[in-house]
Amino acid sequence: MKFLDDIIHNKIKPHFDKGGKLEQFYYAFEAGESFHFVTDKRTDTGAHVRDHVDLKRMMVTVILALVPCFLIGTWNVGVQQLSAAGVASPGLVESFIQGLGKVLPLMLTVYATGGTIEAIFACIRKHEINEGFLVSGFLITLVMPPTLPLWQAAMGTAFGVFIGKEVFGGTGMNILNPALTARAFCFFAFAQQMSGDKVWVAPNENLVLNGVQLGESKALLMHEAVSMATPLGNAAKTGAENLPSTMEMFLGTIPGSIGETSVLACLIGAAILIISGVGSYRTMLGTIIGGAAVTILFNVLFDKGTVEAPILGVNWIQHLFLGGFAFGLVFMCTDPVSSAATNTGKWIFGILTGILAMTIRCVNPAYPEGMMLAVLFMNVFAPLIDHYVVGASVKRRLARG
Amino acid sequence: MDLFNLAIKSIFVENMVLAFFLGMCSYLAVSKKVETAIGLGLAVTFVQTITVPANWVIYNKFLNPNTNIWATDAAPGPDLTFLTFICFIAVIAAMVQLVEMVIEKVSATLYAALGIFLPLIAVNCAILGGSLFMKDREYTLSESVVFGFSSGIGWLLAIVAIAAIREKIRYSHVPNGLRGLGITFLITGLMAMAFMCFSGIKL
Repeated sequence: MKFLDDIIHNKIKPHFDKGGKLEQFYYAFEAGESFHFVTDKRTDTGAHVRDHVDLKRMMVTVILALVPCFLIGTWNVGVQQLSAAGVASPGLVESFIQGLGKVLPLMLTVYATGGTIEAIFACIRKHEINEGFLVSGFLITLVMPPTLPLWQAAMGTAFGVFIGKEVFGGTGMNILNPALTARAFCFFAFAQQMSGDKVWVAPNENLVLNGVQLGESKALLMHEAVSMATPLGNAAKTGAENLPSTMEMFLGTIPGSIGETSVLACLIGAAILIISGVGSYRTMLGTIIGGAAVTILFNVLFDKGTVEAPILGVNWIQHLFLGGFAFGLVFMCTDPVSSAATNTGKWIFGILTGILAMTIRCVNPAYPEGMMLAVLFMNVFAPLIDHYVVGASVKRRLARG
Repeated sequence: MDLFNLAIKSIFVENMVLAFFLGMCSYLAVSKKVETAIGLGLAVTFVQTITVPANWVIYNKFLNPNTNIWATDAAPGPDLTFLTFICFIAVIAAMVQLVEMVIEKVSATLYAALGIFLPLIAVNCAILGGSLFMKDREYTLSESVVFGFSSGIGWLLAIVAIAAIREKIRYSHVPNGLRGLGITFLITGLMAMAFMCFSGIKL
């Protein structure tokens, strides 16, 4: 460490300090420095808050909470791909490696694109590069379908980071969740790859046949995919009949976006977020209550025969397990920046998001999944909710005297 | 039930601001504070609720040759549709004058806060747009009442939401070139994207 310290502080740092050749890249250097060493800078003006739960710690906690989703999601990508190629029961390691072949390039693309934009903004606008993008990048990777072409992922990330976050002043000042902004951009711009009713698109059928003929080792090299509809896309057409079992949905061995399929992983993530206090249990509970209430209502109406659309007949528990609902309510609704900030506001935000997500999913034939758009929609109204919650408590205290 | 669907549709699915981008100038200019935004939104809703049915009566009873009071079963009445725009605008301007007088009388602070944008409701394209949609989509009288009211509510919802957002980002570190209108346009775009969650719902 002494050796690294010497190199960074005596050899490299002078170039980036004031007056050095690379002065304008100081903040790019600073990001690397503070990654390796505790900073020696002290706040000299304004309010001071001394707390070890700083931005860095919060962001790392979220990343920790996302790791189960990433692991199970990557494994599932491999499972889906191998089973689509005709391999009967792929091994654990084998599927994981196969999944990594699909997920890793996507993740690298997302991080490279977003990181570059973030670094450029930091250098020009003289703010620190902070860990916010580590989380956003991770989230963007996990909400994308694994079959998304990389250039589209890069476009979406660029839009999410640039328009969704940086033009508002960077981390902590955005109004919409950057990861969902990126996904929504891809969703509307490249509807064919993103629409969510089909995740795997077959480019070449011979390749699939070869995969079967040449055995599993060949299939490992096959990073092309096969057409397969997501359960939610099926449910919209045929209702509850062709759904995978509840256990499969819980574990996440179904086709879907990388991180969203496993409810189990989302639950582990939720536990980490709630225990560490990073994510709010109010938002999560509210979302579940809202979503469950609407789907139960739809179930009742369907049983009575008032409505006929097949998706309304899907049991409400299965609805909660299907698609991106679990992932969205754990990682998207609880975003401390773009969701409501007050405690009462969090309940309202959560309940309305749940209601809206299920309503879009069941009522709007244009979109098989509603979670992303519901969260975005409620992000727009989160400041308004806060405005009125704060106003109400001010009024209550004034009345108390 | 149809009327209820129409109301939902004109508030969310075909929001005046976020689906058609109508009424942008006052939407951008008077959205700095939530309270003022609510005031203007209510004024627009009121004007909209009165003018759309009033224009419906004028258009269908006097201007449209097939349905006006001079039309008989045998022959259509005189075709006065060339007067459509001028009649619509006259009704709108008269209504706005009325609202202006009421607000000045009732709330002097709101009157001062709305300033020039209150009389300018008369040229707010959301209002004229509402009347023209009514004509094009051939609404009935009751539909036009519901449409006028709910499209006004939709406009109110959009301007109140953006006002809350602008209050929130007041201390954000927005790049200098984007301060004010620039960032507001960007927010409007993002809001329109979020509102697309309703597009495609068939009511």
